[in-house]
Amino acid sequence: MTTDPGLPLQVSGLRKSYPAGRTPVVAVDDLSFSLRPGGALGIVGESGSGKTTTARMLVGLERPDQGEILVQGTPLAARTRGRAARLARAKAVQMVFQDPYLSLDSRLSIGATVDGVLRLHGSLSPSDRAARVRELLAQVGLGDREAAALPRRLSGGQRQRAAIARALAVEPTVLVLDEAVSALDVSVQAQVLNLLSDIRRDTGIGLVFVSHDLAVVRYVCDEALVMYRGRTVEHQPVADLLASPRHPYTRLLLASVPRLGWNPDAIAGQRRDLAATDTPAA
Amino acid sequence: MPLLEYEALHVALPGMARPILDGVSLSVAEGEAVALVGESGSGKSVTARAALGLFPDGAETGGQVRVDGAELVGADAATLRAVRTSKASMIFQDPRAGINPVRRIGDFLTEQLRLVGGRSRAEAEARALELLGAVGLPDPPRHLRQYPHQMSGGMLQRVMIAGALTAEPRLLLCDEPTTALDVTTQAEIMSTLRRLQRDDGLGLLLITHDLDLAAATCDRIYVMYAGRIVETGTAAGLLAAPRHPYTAGLLGSSPPLDGPLTRLVPVPGTPMSLAESAPGCAFADRCRFVRPGLCDQAPPALAPVGTGLVACHRAEELTALGGPATAPDPATPALAATPALAAPATEENR
Repeated sequence: MTTDPGLPLQVSGLRKSYPAGRTPVVAVDDLSFSLRPGGALGIVGESGSGKTTTARMLVGLERPDQGEILVQGTPLAARTRGRAARLARAKAVQMVFQDPYLSLDSRLSIGATVDGVLRLHGSLSPSDRAARVRELLAQVGLGDREAAALPRRLSGGQRQRAAIARALAVEPTVLVLDEAVSALDVSVQAQVLNLLSDIRRDTGIGLVFVSHDLAVVRYVCDEALVMYRGRTVEHQPVADLLASPRHPYTRLLLASVPRLGWNPDAIAGQRRDLAATDTPAA
Repeated sequence: MPLLEYEALHVALPGMARPILDGVSLSVAEGEAVALVGESGSGKSVTARAALGLFPDGAETGGQVRVDGAELVGADAATLRAVRTSKASMIFQDPRAGINPVRRIGDFLTEQLRLVGGRSRAEAEARALELLGAVGLPDPPRHLRQYPHQMSGGMLQRVMIAGALTAEPRLLLCDEPTTALDVTTQAEIMSTLRRLQRDDGLGLLLITHDLDLAAATCDRIYVMYAGRIVETGTAAGLLAAPRHPYTAGLLGSSPPLDGPLTRLVPVPGTPMSLAESAPGCAFADRCRFVRPGLCDQAPPALAPVGTGLVACHRAEELTALGGPATAPDPATPALAATPALAAPATEENR
């Protein structure tokens, strides 16, 4: 892989396996992609396809067996020693998880949570920090009332927006979202999706958006990568992927989306055929 | 006579600002697939559980719920037992939460067949094998000896459907049966449920938050908001021309998989919790068509509009304008001429 400091994220030959009996389970196998500045990549797949393991490797929660992750041309430290290295990695990649109730500290107000991040990562004075907290929360549509509230006083959508504000406080190069809208009610999900497209437009942060929902990926991302049993089976611009899916699994995934005139019997048959072939050849 | 019939079902918990269910009426006929769609806290699961005579602890109940003619509100233990063991069964979202992890699939399936059905062990096993085959599992004899952890979520959900069928019910209540599963697995489960409904004439009540899934798999849809049915109609009719602003809002909130991609119009605010109440329409403070003086006075009743029923004070007026999905935004000059129509700006109205 040629190192390109102009690219927010470059991933090459990433592999992760877990011990399981005699033969280890390969969760992610030879994954490579790069993200252009301001780009958004959707990683799509079913449970067990390796998409969450990928997200966790990108933020350093899992260590890859092989392969390299470069953020703006600099390798992401596989192991961090000391405060400076940890802060540097946090600055490179931030993550928003599926369940904002579990990922926010239940004893801290939303404002205090964001303030804590600014205190760790910057040298702003307390009054400048307060102004920045207000600005960050306003960016995700939260006001002073929400800033003073504990996470449990907020709705799911508000909590998820607070989690996004906390991630943005670090001003990361790359933001990884792992099923970040799946747990939200439909009417609330749209608020967060619009927020993500605004963030793309206004900040130029690179997004890696992990999801099982192709329609949501189409809305947020310009490219999509389909994973199946740990392997990349297809990587295309979203529009092309939806218009002319090449891999049988991508076609199955598209057919599986419920709509009027849907034929679940045919999809079930298609799925059995795919399982019988057993080879995720691209 | 419908297989399942609710008439003005009312369920309230003391100390809450509003009832959990406020006058819910719906019906499911033999061999019919009906969906009840709503967001979290709308009361859809409470509605489904009422069909088994299960009500929240300490709840005040009113109205009627009949399964195959048997009244369940205030029913005695014998009636409840009769309905639960032979008329209606329920399938839940998380199959792993409903099965003992240290017992084999075979034990799980034969228990009811032997205890309630009065079959011998051999007869019960033969029936369990039949049922595992009926729900489309590939190797019934092997599955009978497996433990829950040896099966995927999709396979285990089919075991749960087989378990629900041991009672030989006429009615299947499915509470978000595919929400925890992959989309490709969802199709398999829905295909199994549809086959039971079509071939064996079971009545199906599908509880879901997914309007598209409801429309794809059911004949009729009820949309629920804050404990009330706000709209009902045929799946095709409701999807093509939603009449209630909430239904239109739900449809406008999900990005489309094809066609032009425009900015989503989210429903502002959040669904109403049990700690909140409204004197008028519960959806009024999130509705872009709200008219003060009309919508905040009394809750709207379900009334016929087009081919369905809608509970909205302005349903006929909005239908005349082309329906809430396509009616001009109240902020546009044509409508803003009536100042009362202007949507209040909220911080979440973005």
